[in-house]
Amino acid sequence: MNFEVLIASSIDGLTLGFVFGLMAMGLTLIFGVMKVINLGHGPFIVMGMFAVLVLSQNLGINPYLALPIVIVLGLVTGVVTYFVAVHRVINAPELTTLLATFSVNMMLIGALTIIFSTSPRGLSLELPAFRAGTITVLGTRVVAVLIALLVTGALYAFLYRTHIGKSIRAVANNRSAAELMGINSTWALALSFGIGTVLAMVSGALLATLFGFTVLSGGGLETKSFVIVVLGGLGNPTGALLGGIVIGLLESITTIFMPVSYVPVFEFVVFILILLFRPNGLLGAR
Amino acid sequence: MKSLTNPSLWIIWFVVLGVALMPVFGNLPALREELFVLLMLVTLASSVNIIMGYTGYVSFGHIVFFGIGGYTAFYLIQTLQFNFVLAALIGGGIASLIAFLIGMPVLRLRGAYFALATIGINEAFRTLVTNVDALGGAVGMLLQFSVYDAYGGAKSASQLAYYGIILVALLTITASFVIKKSKFGLSLMAIREDQDTAMVLGIDPARAKVMTYTISAFFPALAGALFFFKNGNIEPGPAFELHRSIEALVMVMLGGFGTVTGPIVGAFVYERLRGFLITDPIFSNAHLVISGLLLLIIVLFVTAGVVGWLRQRIPTLRRFLE
Amino acid sequence: MRNQLRVLTIGILLTLGLIIVACAAPTAAPTSAPPTKAPVVEPTKAPAPTAVPAATTAPAATKAPEATKPAATSALAAQAKKLLIGFTASQTGAQQVASKKQVEGLQLWLDDVKKAGGIKLKDGTLYMPEMKFYDDESKTDRVQALYAKLINEDKADFLLSPYSSGLARAAAVVGEQNGKVMITAGAADDVTMEQGFKNTFQLYTPASRYLTGAADMLMKIDPTAKKIAIVYEKDSFSTSVANALKPYAEGKGLNVVMFEGYDTGSTDFSPFINKISATNPDAILGGGHFADGTTFAKQLYDKKTPVRFVTLLVAPPEPTFKDIGDAAQYIIGPSQWEPQVTYSAESAKAANIPYYGPSVKAFTDAYVAKYKDSPSYHSAGGYAQGLLLQKAIEDADSVDPAKIVAALDKMNLMTFYGVIKFSTEAKTHGKQVAHDMVYMQWQKDASGKLITNIVWPLEAKSADGQLRK
Repeated sequence: MNFEVLIASSIDGLTLGFVFGLMAMGLTLIFGVMKVINLGHGPFIVMGMFAVLVLSQNLGINPYLALPIVIVLGLVTGVVTYFVAVHRVINAPELTTLLATFSVNMMLIGALTIIFSTSPRGLSLELPAFRAGTITVLGTRVVAVLIALLVTGALYAFLYRTHIGKSIRAVANNRSAAELMGINSTWALALSFGIGTVLAMVSGALLATLFGFTVLSGGGLETKSFVIVVLGGLGNPTGALLGGIVIGLLESITTIFMPVSYVPVFEFVVFILILLFRPNGLLGAR
Repeated sequence: MKSLTNPSLWIIWFVVLGVALMPVFGNLPALREELFVLLMLVTLASSVNIIMGYTGYVSFGHIVFFGIGGYTAFYLIQTLQFNFVLAALIGGGIASLIAFLIGMPVLRLRGAYFALATIGINEAFRTLVTNVDALGGAVGMLLQFSVYDAYGGAKSASQLAYYGIILVALLTITASFVIKKSKFGLSLMAIREDQDTAMVLGIDPARAKVMTYTISAFFPALAGALFFFKNGNIEPGPAFELHRSIEALVMVMLGGFGTVTGPIVGAFVYERLRGFLITDPIFSNAHLVISGLLLLIIVLFVTAGVVGWLRQRIPTLRRFLE
Repeated sequence: MRNQLRVLTIGILLTLGLIIVACAAPTAAPTSAPPTKAPVVEPTKAPAPTAVPAATTAPAATKAPEATKPAATSALAAQAKKLLIGFTASQTGAQQVASKKQVEGLQLWLDDVKKAGGIKLKDGTLYMPEMKFYDDESKTDRVQALYAKLINEDKADFLLSPYSSGLARAAAVVGEQNGKVMITAGAADDVTMEQGFKNTFQLYTPASRYLTGAADMLMKIDPTAKKIAIVYEKDSFSTSVANALKPYAEGKGLNVVMFEGYDTGSTDFSPFINKISATNPDAILGGGHFADGTTFAKQLYDKKTPVRFVTLLVAPPEPTFKDIGDAAQYIIGPSQWEPQVTYSAESAKAANIPYYGPSVKAFTDAYVAKYKDSPSYHSAGGYAQGLLLQKAIEDADSVDPAKIVAALDKMNLMTFYGVIKFSTEAKTHGKQVAHDMVYMQWQKDASGKLITNIVWPLEAKSADGQLRK
C-alpha cells in the first residue's frame, strides 16, 4: 500500500485517538472510584455535542469558547445524576447500578429526541490546515488534541495536587478507610461522577467539531468507550488515554489493509482477547 | 426430577398455558401476535435469569444467542428447505455449542469484566455476520412467501410458530425451575454467594458455570428461530440488538432476580406498560422518558422486584411462589 | 401434602377461570364490534377506469362535483361511512424524522379529503377515511403484533406501511396473511417486492434504481469521468443500492475502482477517505444514513479530496444537512421527490396519461401553511399513499379489497409526486415500475446562501448540476 496513505491515516488516527481517550477517561474514572459502569455515558457525550451546537448556532458563541459552559453544565448534570440515580444503590450489586444508569440513558435519549429529533446535525467550523499531498493535518484536530491534553493535565493536577482531588483518590482506594479519616465520601463520589460526566461532555463537544452527529450517535461511542477502557485497564485514566490512542491508530491503519467493514470485527475480537488474557489492560499487571 | 411433580411448577404451567391458549380457543389473532412477543420475552428473560439470577453473572449480550439461533434456523429453512422445528432445534444446538466453547474462557471473568465481554461477543457476531455473504451479509435474508405453503400458508405458519413459542416458553420455565430446585442449582447459588467457599465445599465452579451458560443459551436461540421464521426476514441489526438484551435484564429485575416466576411477571409487566405508553396519545411521545423514570424508581426502591417483594411481605407465599 | 393439595386446587381454579375468560371473549367479540365492511356494490358498476380522467383533471384539493359541496357537505359527512386506515409510525428511534414527515403528509391528505366531504362512489355512498397508528419505535419486534392488532382489533380497512424497508417487510407479511391491501411508502427495498405478494403495492422507486440516475448524470455533466468509487453503509438498504449500481455503472463503461461497505456504527471516515483518495476516483457514489452521510461530506471537504462529483444517500435531502456549511455545497442526493419537481397536468397530457390530485404547488403551499416547514420527499410519499388509495377506491367504485387490487393493478397515472405504475407480473407484483428519482444538489445562490436545486433528470431540473472544485 501507498506509504503516504499510511502516514496520512496514522496522523488521522492518532489525533482522533486523543479525543477517544478523553471520552473513555470519563467512563473509567467513574468505574475506578465507585465500581459503576455508567450506561448513561453515551447520552452524556451526545449532550456535549448538542450543547455546543445550541451555543454556537443559536447564541453565536465560538464552539471552543463554549467549552467552559459545557464543563459547568457537565458538572451539574453529573452531580445531579449521581444523587438522583446512583447514590442510593452505590453499594448494590453491579446489575442494579447498570440498570440505574441505563434508566438515565433512556430518559436522556427520550428527552433529547423530543427536543432535537433525530435529524443529522453538524457544526460548520473551519480552521487553517496543514496539507502536503494526501497528508492533511486539520486545524480542528490539532486544537482537539491540545484541548484533550489540557483537560487531562487539569484532571491530573486536580487529582494529585488539590485536597479534594486527593480525597477522591482516597475514596477510590478504600471508601471506609477514607470515611474514617473524616472524608465526606458522598461528596467525593458525587464530584467524581460529575467529573466523569464533564469528560464525556467535553469529548462530545470536541467530536462535534470533527463529525456530523445525531441524537443517537452516543450508542456507538459508548461501546467504543468500553473497548478503550478495557484496553487501558478498567479504572485507569492514563490507560484510557493510551487505549484511545491505540484504538485510533488501530482503526485507521487496519482500514488500509482490510475491507473497512471488517475493522469493527477485528476491534471487537481484540477487545475480547484483551479481556481474556490481560483483563487489567495492556498497561496493568497480569 | 422430583421437582417436576412440584405443585409450584404446575401452577406456573397452568397459568402460562391458560393465558397462552386464550387466543387459540378464542380465535383472536391480534392477541396471539401480542402474546407471541410476550412469550418470547418470557423466554429471553427466564433464560437470562438462569445464568444471571442463579450464578450472579450478568450476561449483558445474551441476545447473541437469539441472533445465532435465528440465523442458523433461517439459513436452514431458506437454503436447505428444513422444517422449521428441526431448524430451530439445530439453531438451539449450535447456540449451546458456541456457549460451551466460549463459556470456558469468558466465565473466568468476574463482575463487570464478564458483562463487558458479553457485549463484545455480541458486537463481534453482529459485525461478522454483516460481512458474511452466505448469510446475506448486510442485506440479510428473506423467506420466499411460498415457503409458508408447506405449512398451509402464511397464516397457519404463524399459528404453528405460536404453538412453538408456547412450548419454548414452558420449556424454559421448567428448566429454570428444575435447576433452581436441584442440587446443581444449590451449588450455583453457592457460587453466586461466594465462589471460593463453594470450591471448598467440593463444587467445581468452572464446570457448573459452563453447564449453566450452555443451557441458558439454548432457549433464546429457539425463540430467535421462531421469531425470524414468523417475521419472514432477518438482518444483522435486529438479530443482534443489544437493546433487546438490556430489556430482558430489566424484566428480570422488575419481576425478581433469581426467582422462577420473577422473569415471567417482569416480562408481563414490562410489555403491558410499554404497550400502554406507546398506544396512549399523551404518553407516546415521552414514552422513553417515562419508562426510564419507572425503571429508575423500581431499581431504587423495589430492588427485589415484584416477586421478591411479595415473598418478603407475605411469608406464606414463599412456599409456592418460586 | 395437604398444603400441596390446596395449592393445586387454587391452581386449577385459576386456570379454569382463565379458560372461561378465554371462551367468553370470542362469543362477545362479534356482537361488540360492528363490522365496518363495505356494502356490496352492484356488479354493473364494477371497475370503470376509463370514465375517471375527465373528472380528475381539476386540482383535487378543491374538487367537489356539482351541487354536493356547499349545503350538503355537512349533512352527508354525517352519513359518511368510516374507512379506517391503519399503520405504524416511528415516533422514537432512528427513523423518527422521516416517519414524522410521512405521517404529516398523510394527515394533510386526510384534511383535503375531509374538506372535499369524503370519498364518493358513483352510487352516492360516501366514505370518510380516518387514520389509526401506533409507535413501532423503529424496531421490528412489535411491528407484526401491532399490525395484527390494527387488522383484527381496530378493524382497519386498508393498511399503509411503516417507514423503512425492514419494518415494511415485517408488516407486509401480516398484511398478506390477512389479505389486506397495503400501500408502502418509505420502503424502497427490491427483494421485499419480489416474493409474489398479492395485496402490497410499492410507492417508492426501488433501491435498485436509486443511484443509477446519478451515474447517468455523471456521464452527462462530466464526460471525462471514468473512475468511480462506490462506498456505502453496510445495512440492508444501502447495500442493495450499491449492489445494483455497480453492474449498471460498469455496463455504462465506468470503471469502479473501489467497492467497499463500512459498518453502520462508523464515526470517523478520514482513514477511509485517504484510502479512497489513493485510488484517484473522479466521482464517489454511495453513502448510507444520517450521521454517516453528514460526516462523510464534512470530511471530504476538510481533506479537500479532489473528487468532482459526490452523491450520497438519505442525508443530503434533509434540511439540517446544511449545518455543515460549505461542506454541503455540491453534494448531490437522490430524492423520491422535491418541491421543485415539474409534474403537472400538462406534462401528464404530453405523456398521454391522466393526472390526479393537487398540483405540486398546491401541495407544497398547503404543507407549508399547516406545518410551517417545507415538505420533504417523505411528506410527499405520505400524501401520495393516501391519494393513491383514494384514486383506487374511486376507480374501483368500491372498497372491496379485490376490486381495489384490480384498480391498483390497472393504475398508470401522474400525480404531484410523479408517475405511478405497479408491476403486474406474478413474482414482482406490486413493485413500483414507473416512478423516477430526482437528484438534488446543495448549491449557493447569488448571495452565497446554501439552497437545494434539482439537477437531474434534465427535464425536471431547476438548475444546472455543478461539479466540485
